[in-house]
Amino acid sequence: MAMSLGPYAFFVVTSYLAAALAVASLIAWIAIDYHHQLRQLRELEESGIVRRSGRGAAEVT
Amino acid sequence: MTLIDLANPSKFLALTARVLPWLAGATAVLLAIGLYQSATAPDDYQQGATVKIMFIHVPNAWLSMFVWGVMSAAALGTLVWRHPLADVAAKAAAPIGASFTFLALVTGSLWGRPMWGTYWEWDARLTSVLILFLMYLGLMALWRAVEDPSRAARAAAVLTLVGAINLPIIKFSVDWWNTLHQPASVFRVGGPTLDRAFLSPLLVMALAFTLLFITLHLAAMRNEILRRRVRSLQMMQASQRAA
Repeated sequence: MAMSLGPYAFFVVTSYLAAALAVASLIAWIAIDYHHQLRQLRELEESGIVRRSGRGAAEVT
Repeated sequence: MTLIDLANPSKFLALTARVLPWLAGATAVLLAIGLYQSATAPDDYQQGATVKIMFIHVPNAWLSMFVWGVMSAAALGTLVWRHPLADVAAKAAAPIGASFTFLALVTGSLWGRPMWGTYWEWDARLTSVLILFLMYLGLMALWRAVEDPSRAARAAAVLTLVGAINLPIIKFSVDWWNTLHQPASVFRVGGPTLDRAFLSPLLVMALAFTLLFITLHLAAMRNEILRRRVRSLQMMQASQRAA
């Protein structure tokens, strides 16, 4: 079925683009932050800093 | 694993590692169905094609309040039960809630221009949602401004609970005041006033965005736990160097 947005195309398309951009930005920010934290934990582990439990700093499971 | 086990950050991390791929998959499937239904929904006899904006505006507006509700429950967890993950949950939810609120404001504005003839009107509903957005930003600034996480947690929890007063104001603003914004059309006494052709995509999109929130929230909580682990190890490293 062809979708016709008529005179409101700008408003509808901009709304969906804004939602897509915001959701994509949130996903990217969370993914980048996760890898940043893991990298910092690995660097600390490599410098000899260990958790009191003795488990690996970057161990998440 | 019992519910009490989730108070342990390590066990929480193990759980998120298992459930996140499934949640992400379910979110993607529901979003695809919701977007298909939104694209193929008929035009409204009054709103025309702008009714499609409602399928993203309404879920984001609901979630903007729901996320603050989640943060309020977490604030109680911080202040009353001192649950170790309560502040983590609240802090991780704030940027996601702010994004949903921002989207509700932007999409509402884009719907308002062709339907009301204006992008913005200082009516009670719009203004109270704008205040909610500013409160999200204020809370995020507070967490960043206070270096000690436990002090920041208590201050943020108090501010969150005070801010929760805004939730009933947002919900009932359309009943209490004469607003340009229309009254509730889904969750109301007497049932929804929407036709099934619009109700179905709206509810599917609402469910998809709710799953999206749960997925992103768990992932952001995992990041926050790791950030606090980094901080405590860095402090341990600093004290070893000083010794």
